[in-house]
Amino acid sequence: MDYIDPHIHMVSRTTDDYATLARMGCVAMSEPAFWAGFDRGSVDGFRDYFHQLTDVEPKRAAQYGIQHFTWLCINAKEAENVSLSRDVIAMIPEFIDRPNVLGIGEIGLNKNTKNEATVFLEHLDLAVKYQQQILIHTPHLEDKYQGTRMILDMLCDDQRIDPTRVLVDHVEEHTISEVLDRGFWAGMTLYPVTKCTPERAADMIEQVGGERLLVNSAGDWGPSKPTAVPDLIFEMRRRGHSETLIRKVVYDNPIAFFSQSQNFSFKPRT
Amino acid sequence: MQNAEEILDGTFLEVRAKLLEVAATLDRIERAQGDAGDFSDLSKKRREKVDQAIGILLSSGSDRAERLQKLFSREYEDAWRNDFGI
Ligand SMILES: [Zn+2]
Repeated sequence: MDYIDPHIHMVSRTTDDYATLARMGCVAMSEPAFWAGFDRGSVDGFRDYFHQLTDVEPKRAAQYGIQHFTWLCINAKEAENVSLSRDVIAMIPEFIDRPNVLGIGEIGLNKNTKNEATVFLEHLDLAVKYQQQILIHTPHLEDKYQGTRMILDMLCDDQRIDPTRVLVDHVEEHTISEVLDRGFWAGMTLYPVTKCTPERAADMIEQVGGERLLVNSAGDWGPSKPTAVPDLIFEMRRRGHSETLIRKVVYDNPIAFFSQSQNFSFKPRT
Repeated sequence: MQNAEEILDGTFLEVRAKLLEVAATLDRIERAQGDAGDFSDLSKKRREKVDQAIGILLSSGSDRAERLQKLFSREYEDAWRNDFGI
């Protein structure tokens, strides 16, 4: 089955991973800007990173027939440095018109601090100013519930934000309903250690249905499995779910969400 | 779609193995512990959380996973924006 991975960090994957993903049916992917495993020291570090996201990775992906899209921001972990964050936010417009840019992301909270919230709000201003879609990172482990509620508070407080153009990622059993009930799209991240398994993701799909729900692998520099989305496809088939529902979650929904961005020039396989 | 009995039978060995992992881990902690005073406050809280989690597993309902997640979560406070001055 053709599928789209809506949240995968290919800068930290090998070219062999591109080959494997292509063989598993991955036809497109979106790569949010994130933490690189270390704190970058300057705005030029981010400029180089955005060059990689908007120029290098699309070419690497294209060699395997995969269409690559991206999102720009300074992630929540490095947002603790407010002055660097402001410099990066001011620089993002240099890249915003690149053909594979879908919006601002993944922005959010990490340890739910005041600095993170300040930088999050300034990213929202940027997204509104440039009419960009937004991709949200919610914190992990014990910080997730609190942080997700805080993020939803900030999004819902801002009348300029259209929830149907916002994807809230890394939802789990205790956060998924609130995200969907408030009209946002929700993404489940299949991550071997801290997040959710294909089995639990399938459970959540059974409980909330497939509306406005996406599933991704995160596939980053930490312990992660870039082929996690095919694992979910396999688990749903094993349980007897229809191909229509499976395709909705791994293919139709990402297309529907991304299509709200004018740069989403996806061409389905013929 | 699978019925309850099929799900139970299909996952029985896996659930048995996961429960054994938890049991053996608790045994390992107990063997290493010596006397209960070994634990720092943080570790004591963690050990209590594990017991509370097991309590949730023993309860009924179809929202055990959600309740377990909340047990392991920091609390959300409505007034956080005032505290941050936002
Ligand atoms: Zn990410």
